[in-house]
Amino acid sequence: MSRLRTSLSVAIVISVGLIVLGGYFLDIPMLNTLQIVFLRWAALLGAVALIVGVFNLFNVHLRKINTGQKGSPYSLILLIALIATVLIVGFLGPTSFWSMWIFNYIHVPIESSLMAVLAVVMAFAGARLLGRRFNAFSIIFILTALFVLAGSISLSFVDFPVLAELRDWIDRVPTTAGARGILLGVALGTVATGFRLLMGADRPYGG
Amino acid sequence: MSQIHLFELSFAGLFFVLLILFALVIRKRPEKRLREIPAFAHLGRSVGLAVEAGKRLHIALGYGGVNDVQGASGLVGLTMLQRIARAASISDRPPIASSGEGTLGILSQDTLKSSYQAIRSENLYDPIYGQISGLTPFSYAAGTLPIIMDQQVSTTVLAGHFGSEVALITDANERVGSQTMAGSDNLEAQAVLYVSSQDPLIGEELYASGAYLNAGLMHQASVRTQDVMRWVVIAGILLGGLLKLIGVIE
Repeated sequence: MSRLRTSLSVAIVISVGLIVLGGYFLDIPMLNTLQIVFLRWAALLGAVALIVGVFNLFNVHLRKINTGQKGSPYSLILLIALIATVLIVGFLGPTSFWSMWIFNYIHVPIESSLMAVLAVVMAFAGARLLGRRFNAFSIIFILTALFVLAGSISLSFVDFPVLAELRDWIDRVPTTAGARGILLGVALGTVATGFRLLMGADRPYGG
Repeated sequence: MSQIHLFELSFAGLFFVLLILFALVIRKRPEKRLREIPAFAHLGRSVGLAVEAGKRLHIALGYGGVNDVQGASGLVGLTMLQRIARAASISDRPPIASSGEGTLGILSQDTLKSSYQAIRSENLYDPIYGQISGLTPFSYAAGTLPIIMDQQVSTTVLAGHFGSEVALITDANERVGSQTMAGSDNLEAQAVLYVSSQDPLIGEELYASGAYLNAGLMHQASVRTQDVMRWVVIAGILLGGLLKLIGVIE
């Protein structure tokens, strides 16, 4: 039974994948229509998965409270906030006064605080890098980061146009070249992953 | 069919043919000549040590939706999850997967379930091992921290789509003294991970993980195909530059 289910899943994935890919390359009206239909279904399933995700989040924290795990008071706060937000946004609408109040006075400050923490965490990580991996690449990485930072700071009493020009050159030439090289590798990896899925070699759906 | 589509189709066709060709060659003459990536050697040791010490492995899949191009890195993460789960599911503390996107969360549960079925231990599977810890980048990072801090995680594998907020996750690992192996498709995250993780995977190294974790013939074939196609792309770029230089194309 399990094998039959796996074979059926693989057949559906391969056929739908081929239709969507074929609709992109070939100008056949029926194939193009099917491609649009499948892509719409995928968007719809994505939205349903988001709701499932919220339920999963709810379940994880509810279980944490029930079993009295470490940090369960925070889970309780999360559940109360989740229910309150769903009720307020659901009944009053996403652009109502209270919905916007939640967004502006709770959501935005929390994310901004995390962003501020992130800046400190990244500075510490940079400082720790040389202790962890002391090699030429790490030294180049840290020196470049410091140099670009120094070139970006605007101080009224210091003016080094050469520094700004050099920073622009680093940004334009070596950074762009390196980034494109990495992105080409990522793109090739993405294509390979797509083909493995289409061939049924990768089955992340329980196969 | 437009000229661009014809070019894309040729590229995809060549990729596919090479993939099949290398799969046939490797099936006939199985050989392991992959260049050494320290992160994968460390991961093998970490899995063994976690099982022995009764510690947990955490696989963070990021928040790239599978409907999107970012989803490919999440799918690679699922392959890693499958391999790790098969090796460490019998541990006192089974591996846990966290994700920040609905479909990825469902797929992580499905992958874990099938891994338990493969080792005939379905009764040990609990859906809570595949968690969705937050649905926005920062909430995902914040929701992942308690897993690392409270669940005796010895190694965290980050494989998926992340942003710069991934530094919060790697910092939590650093504080509890656990190992971090990390790769992402996002350039910003790669720069952060290079600085903050013990074993960063740069660029396409993440996509080669299946080959290094013995996930199958096609994974090894795709690594070889990627190597060949990289040279094809380089040749194409050089040829394009040359043609532009001599004025054949504008």
